[in-house]
Parts: sequence; structure tokens; C-alpha cells
Amino acid sequence: MATQDSFIGQKNKKDQVYTDPWKMMHEAERTPSFFTGSEIIKEAVRRASCDLMIAYPITPQSEAAALCGELFAEGYIGDYFRGESEFAVMSQCAGAAFGGARVFTTTAGPGTMRAMENFPMWAGARLPIQMIVTCRGINSPLSIQPDTLEISYLMQTGMLVWHAETAQDFYDWILMGYMVSEEPDVHLPLALCCDGFFVTHTKDMVDLTPVDMCLPPYDPYRSPVPCMDMECPPVRMMRDPFVMKSNYISYATHASWQQEVWAAIERSRKHTIRWMNGLIDTENTDADIIIVASGTAVSQSREAIAILEDEGIRVGLLKVKTLRPWPGEEIQEATKNAKHIVIPEFNVTGWLAREVKATVTNNERVHAGPHVCGGMTMPPEIIASEIQTLLGIKTATLAARG
Amino acid sequence: MTTSYKVMPGPEHYLPPSASSMGIRLPDPGQAHIHGTIVPEEEAMEQAARQFLSAKVPTIFPGPLVLWAWNEKAAKKAKAVRYLYETIKESVDPKKQQAMLIPMPDYRPKYPKINPEVEINPNHPNLTIWHNKIDACMFVGVHCHQANLSLKIIRGGTNCYTVAMCAQAGHEDAMLSFRDATAEKIERLADWVKKLKGSVAPPE
Repeated sequence: MATQDSFIGQKNKKDQVYTDPWKMMHEAERTPSFFTGSEIIKEAVRRASCDLMIAYPITPQSEAAALCGELFAEGYIGDYFRGESEFAVMSQCAGAAFGGARVFTTTAGPGTMRAMENFPMWAGARLPIQMIVTCRGINSPLSIQPDTLEISYLMQTGMLVWHAETAQDFYDWILMGYMVSEEPDVHLPLALCCDGFFVTHTKDMVDLTPVDMCLPPYDPYRSPVPCMDMECPPVRMMRDPFVMKSNYISYATHASWQQEVWAAIERSRKHTIRWMNGLIDTENTDADIIIVASGTAVSQSREAIAILEDEGIRVGLLKVKTLRPWPGEEIQEATKNAKHIVIPEFNVTGWLAREVKATVTNNERVHAGPHVCGGMTMPPEIIASEIQTLLGIKTATLAARG
Repeated sequence: MTTSYKVMPGPEHYLPPSASSMGIRLPDPGQAHIHGTIVPEEEAMEQAARQFLSAKVPTIFPGPLVLWAWNEKAAKKAKAVRYLYETIKESVDPKKQQAMLIPMPDYRPKYPKINPEVEINPNHPNLTIWHNKIDACMFVGVHCHQANLSLKIIRGGTNCYTVAMCAQAGHEDAMLSFRDATAEKIERLADWVKKLKGSVAPPE
């Protein structure tokens, strides 16, 4: 039984060298490449030493899933197959992870919702599966367009939840994600989310690490629970599970178990901050107005900030990179002097604004909006207009211009 | 995260919070923590030895990772655990103190209940601690998730002082935790017990 370190410097069957992950991500020469977000998923997985990828088609992740199939054909992934449904896929991912495999999958929108029962199970079983979520509409009537509502459900599952803005984020975070989620004190599944189509189907310049370098393989012996022990929880669910007993001890054990999952999310802070240089990125947080955003709402906010700057209005920006762990202290600190906190979102409920309102003092400063959903784009002008309205400056509505 | 929370012997609460959720952070390599405060490892060695020497029933709970000879390191660690136990036993006052070695052989919930004289179970570790009146204990060779469950339940319902000798990143839910445990580190703790023998007041 070899440790992870003992693989460093050796070659895999594709002649890739197992490389110290820190050196690979931070010191190795990068090559600028022009790719779609889906292609970037493929390129990250090519370097991730995955044992298994399980796929099921659902827009807008189908292309990424199919491209990972090509990786399997080329010999970069240990095994690859299509599940019967999203629920089946996520259950099969659990089986493989219980057995000690590094597992990767992708899903989106209604697929995420269909498979939802599995996610708290993954977290409770401490399975470090990585799932890409290319967010889209989830409600009837059907929409395949970008909408981030599903993220709000994932945030309560006990998984790590990160929200990528760009294809570059996606590339780096897929690889760093395994490093964080496989730490023995974390060892939780990661939902790495992006805004479907906006990231998956547009081309962008991405700096790639060398193709002949890859992550060292997963070491299941560092797991905080025994690998596939059929006699012990969480595997042994149908004989003597806590839930089948009516006594204080059983309830207390289950409660303690849940707390341990959320404790592990807290522990991921230290590792995530190290790998991703913080849970948030900030620009000009000394401004009176600060936009707090995640995903592609950050990109649109940057454009809005440029528009406002031309009009003499200075606005700061806070990019939320991780939703679980939640960067509460970082947001408090960065917004402590702001008079207005503006939160643009691609969903109808404003879940990010709710989280921020629960975090900052004087939360009447939080302005939840603008919101778009159902696949609508969020032109920077509507963010700028929202801020101007907040400041009492009269603006024409964007719709009226069209 | 700044926190005033301290990881102290209980009974703390009907359902105590995880120390991690209260802002306690794990030590880096070469460090340990005492009550949630990061300290040099050697300081924690001394503190753990003092706890064993001043307890009425200092107890070691070895888990499956050291109970089964599944690799050479495990066998070596098991011998070190036995050596630590023998050292504690020889170093305490037999009239006032009783060192114990009680295994956690597996993690299965056992009903109607375990025999607390012969084992400890992560789902109800308080039963073994109450039954044997254990006031200081050390977990070693227990998978991290199961150790955290146990340590938190113990803190919730007992006044036992908990020490974790963890092979990975350590445990905030213990009152004192080492990380990156090796056989040599366990032996070093035994040496601290020897060194302090006779200099720590036994319990009244």
C-alpha cells in the first residue's frame, strides 16, 4: 500500500508524471489555450488521475460528459460509463468512492434535483466525490438556460460548494478541489458549480498546466472512515442503523454525526484559503458601494463598475468563490465600511443576498438585486442602473431602450 | 476566526457544538493543541503526561487502526501503545489510581448495549467512561470521523479529559490533540510520563 507521496515522479500509463500538486498548480509553466468551458473540464480531468467518471446526458453538461468519454477512450480515466438516470449516477459514484476510487461526475438543473437524495448521503459517508454542476433552470415550464437556483439546495447538503466565474477558475478549481476535499480532516464531496452555457459554451483563454503532469492518485487509507466496511456505519444502513432505534443514544449519535460533517466543512477553510488564495477576491473595498457576487454575475459586475466609473461613481467588488465554506468573516471585514451592498444574482429567490444579510451587521445596507432568471442575461447596464437608482439618480430602464 | 471558545472537560451540553464550528482550528505539522490553543508539540506532550499521572483512571482507547496488524507501521504503533500503557501503569500510585487499556475494536452500533468493561463504542462512548469512572483518556488508532463523534459525545456528557493521538491532522473535539502520530511519538509521550513520574500529585 503506497502513500500518495511515493507516486511523485513516477509515470502513469499515459506517460504523465505524477507531480507534487502544489508545484503543478503554482510553479509549472502554463500554456495559454483557447477553449470552451466544457473543453476545459476535459483538460482538467485529463490531469486529475480520476479512477472513474459516470455520465448521464443533461444540458448543458452533456458535452463535458461526452468529452470525458473521449478521455476514457484515450486511456486517461480508469473507467467510464453511462448511468440509468442522475439518481443512478450519483448512487454509482457513491459505490465507487466507498471502494476507494477518485470519482468525477457532472450534472445540471433538473438532474441535480433528481439526484438530490444522494448528496447528503455522500457528505454523511465522507466521500470526496467531485461533481461539476453547470447550473440551469429547474422549474416548469422547462428551461435549459442558465439559472443558479439549484445552488441554494446544494448549500444545505453538507457538501463543499464552490462557484466558478470563468473557465480559468474551473480549470484550476477542479484540480485544487480534489486536493482540498481529499484532506483527511475534510474528506467531503465537492459541488463545483458554474453558470451553464455562459461558462460551458463560450470560449475563453485559459492557462493550462503541462499535459504531461498529473495529480498523484487518491489515497483511500487517509479517509476518516474505513474504506468499504460493510459492517459499520455509514455502509451498514439496514441493520442496526441509528434511525431504526428509538433511544437518546441513537439520536445523539446521529446528531453528532451531522455536526461532524459540518465541522469538516469548517476545516476545509484552512486548505481552501491556501490553495485558492482566499475564499473571496476583492477590489476597491474602501468604496461606499460594494457589489457582492458569485459566478458570472461577477464578470457582469466588473463591466457595470467600469460604466459607473465613467460617470464618476466608484464601486468596489467582492467575488465570493466558496459558498460552503461560507466566507462570513471575510465578507464582514470587506464590507464593514460600505454604505450600500448590492447583490446581483441569476436566480429568482436571491439566495446569495439572504446569506449576506445573515452575515453582515446593519443589514439594511444589503440591496438584493438586480435579479434575472430563466436564462435571461444580466446586462451590466441593469446593475449600473440599479446602483444609480439606489443613489437617487434617475435612469431610463434598459427595457425601454429596446 | 477569532473565538473565545475553549475545549474543556464537560459535561458541556445536551448537544455540545463541534469545536470546529466554534472556531477552533487544527494544528500544523510540529504543533498540537491544548483546549483549542495551538502549542508546540513538546508542550502538549508534557501536559498529556501530567493528565495521565494526575487521573484516577487514566485510560488508553486503541482503535482498529492499531488493533489489527494490517501493515508494519500498525504493528509497530501497537507495541508503542502497549509500552505507553505499561509506563503509565508503572508510574501511577496503585492505591489511588488504576491505568486501563480498553479497545474500540470496531464502530458497529451494538444493541441493546455494549459491555463497558471490555470495550468502548463510538456511538455511546460515555457508557464505558461512566462505568469505569474514567477521568482521562487517549484515543489512538481510531478513524478520524469516529474519533470526532466519540470525543464530542464524551465532552457533552462526561467530565473526562480527552487526548487524541491522531495519525492525520488532529482533533479539535479533544481537549488535547497531537497530529501525524507515529510509534516514535507515542514512545516519546511514554518517556514524558517516565520523566514526570513522582513529580505530579496523584488524585485525592
